[in-house]
Amino acid sequence: MNTQRTAWLFLTPALLVLALFFLIPVLAAFALSLTDFDLYALADLRNLRFVALGNYWELLHRPLFWSALGHTLYFVVIGVPLSMVVSLGAAMLLNSPLARMKPLFRTALFAPVVTTVVAVAVIWRYLFNTKYGLANYSLGLIGISPVDWLGDPRWAMPTIILFAVWKNFGYNMIIFLAGLQAIPADLYEAARIDGASPWRQFRHITLPMLAPTMLMVSILTVSGYFQLFAEPFVMTEGGPLQSTVSVLYLMYEEGFKWWNLGSASAVAFLLFLIMFAVTAVMLRASRQRGEA
Amino acid sequence: MTLGAACSSRTDDARTLTFWTIGREGEAVAKLIPDFEKEHPGLHVKVQQLPLTAAHQKLLTAIAGSSTPDLSQLGNTWIPELAALDALEPLQSRVDASKTIDASDYFANIWTTNRIGGQLYGVPWYVDTRLLFYRRDLLAKAGFDAPPRDWAQWRAMLAALSQPERGAWGILLPTNEFEQLLVLALQQDEPLLRDDNRYGNFRSEGFRRALTFYVDTFRQRQAPAITNVEAGNPWTEFGRGVYAFYLSGPWNIGEFRKRLPASQQDDWDTAPLPGPHGPGASNAGGSSLVIFRTSPHKDEAWQLIEFLSRPQVQQRLYDLLGDMPPRRSSWEGEALRNDPKARAFREQLERVKPTPPIPEWERIVTEMQLVAAQAAHGDLSIDEAAAEIDRRADRILEKRRWLMEHGRVAP
Repeated sequence: MNTQRTAWLFLTPALLVLALFFLIPVLAAFALSLTDFDLYALADLRNLRFVALGNYWELLHRPLFWSALGHTLYFVVIGVPLSMVVSLGAAMLLNSPLARMKPLFRTALFAPVVTTVVAVAVIWRYLFNTKYGLANYSLGLIGISPVDWLGDPRWAMPTIILFAVWKNFGYNMIIFLAGLQAIPADLYEAARIDGASPWRQFRHITLPMLAPTMLMVSILTVSGYFQLFAEPFVMTEGGPLQSTVSVLYLMYEEGFKWWNLGSASAVAFLLFLIMFAVTAVMLRASRQRGEA
Repeated sequence: MTLGAACSSRTDDARTLTFWTIGREGEAVAKLIPDFEKEHPGLHVKVQQLPLTAAHQKLLTAIAGSSTPDLSQLGNTWIPELAALDALEPLQSRVDASKTIDASDYFANIWTTNRIGGQLYGVPWYVDTRLLFYRRDLLAKAGFDAPPRDWAQWRAMLAALSQPERGAWGILLPTNEFEQLLVLALQQDEPLLRDDNRYGNFRSEGFRRALTFYVDTFRQRQAPAITNVEAGNPWTEFGRGVYAFYLSGPWNIGEFRKRLPASQQDDWDTAPLPGPHGPGASNAGGSSLVIFRTSPHKDEAWQLIEFLSRPQVQQRLYDLLGDMPPRRSSWEGEALRNDPKARAFREQLERVKPTPPIPEWERIVTEMQLVAAQAAHGDLSIDEAAAEIDRRADRILEKRRWLMEHGRVAP
């Protein structure tokens, strides 16, 4: 029997499933983004208008889209490095030969990842309450006047970044931990014999050996953080003054709150293009660094 | 999950009515239903509760997927939207034939909110209008022996009672709720939208007057510019004297009775809203009962609506939840007639105004509040804010104008 035909035979079920559940919905969403599908169209399809790239054009002229994009980029640019540093730090602490009760700490640090975001958001909203929160109480002890964490447009986003980093670092920590454990111990031993300080060991052994893990983690984190939605949804509902509206939050409001599915699909495709471009740039940069 | 269940239960049991409720009403209705089932042997009512935050989405999803219930409770500002989707059964002929439901017994403008394009789509179930909760003792201490009757008096009281430096504010106006500014705008002579609801009318003299009053309250530091997320627990703070006024709805009568100590129960009261010149209007909110067009049990669903519209049943609903009845005769019951705190609502209900009956309204009013909050924070002037709200409203209404030009939707 023809081997190529056999290969296709085995591939067909998977390809059919991919086409049915991935390709067709994506194409349908793209088609939707070229129309002004809304409540009226839901009632009667004759009320549907083909608007070509009109939804995209209008979005690019909407200040809210740009501010949502700005908030999302702010979240990515501050949140991703912060999250990486915290998770790498935690992973190194857990990996240290001096660490005691490793399973306990591993579980404790991973716990926020598996807890539902709504439940922890309730606790965080209490911690960051302006009048009664622990955060302001502690600041008060060292003489700093209270900060309106979630109510001040300047502070709401930093608070959400803190929340998201705390919520998500455990996931990357586990990946980093696996990466750290894969570094052969004799490399460190040789460096120590040569008299390398812990910092030099970190710079010249840990970081280079972790580079592939680092790239994967950063791409996963960047694409995850671009899809910021649940945190502002449960913490601030996009407020105050829409200062925490992210691109995905805008899409949710357009699509599911106001039922403007055409414009919501356009938001989704714009976000996809942006994420695609950013990931491509990251991959290329890392490849160049690898060749250099 | 609920949608799937609703769908299957309807087909496999011909004598089961599926009734969707939104928010707290579900639990109370479950206590009223046994009497209805006793009167109608063999008929079973399945009450399903939707959380308020998800209800709108669930209703639209159900319509898109043709899995609507037989009847539902529906916020009367949502009726235009579902009527535009052609999801609701017209009810005028049933009302005409009914012995229980008498349209003239209902508060006129509440009834009006159920009429879209000349058709009646719902029967009001309970009403919800905003008015003032106030601290009588604080007002007395400041030398006022009665709540305000007009804006000038109100402003004077707010000024006298606000001392932000010691954490005392005249009033709580959460900046993410649109109802407070909306009721001030409804008190004006100008409509909120113009030309058969084709364009926003927010640059009108009246709306700018309302917006100025609203924004001044923040600029003169008589209300904190916070959202209800940060306001957290307004009831205890009201009790502690952080706010002297609270512009809110009837459910708070129950909340204040429950949350404030017995010794403070004489300190607070309710008052109709002051208007620009004397007692003013407020919004005609609340929930209605509707039947879905696809229901195979419309007659039975109507029987349930008639049952829930009886004055005695509405009085029981009030006892259970504090939901205020939309019929004048229901207000004759013991509990409501003798309740001094409900009296202001009874008075206000004769002076309520409906909002424009179009599906886009909720979105417009949300944008109105977003812009108004920016003005309250001092980012926009009154004229800039009014022009911006108009611009956003006109953009939202673009599709409606197109449909009207093509005769697809009645003005």
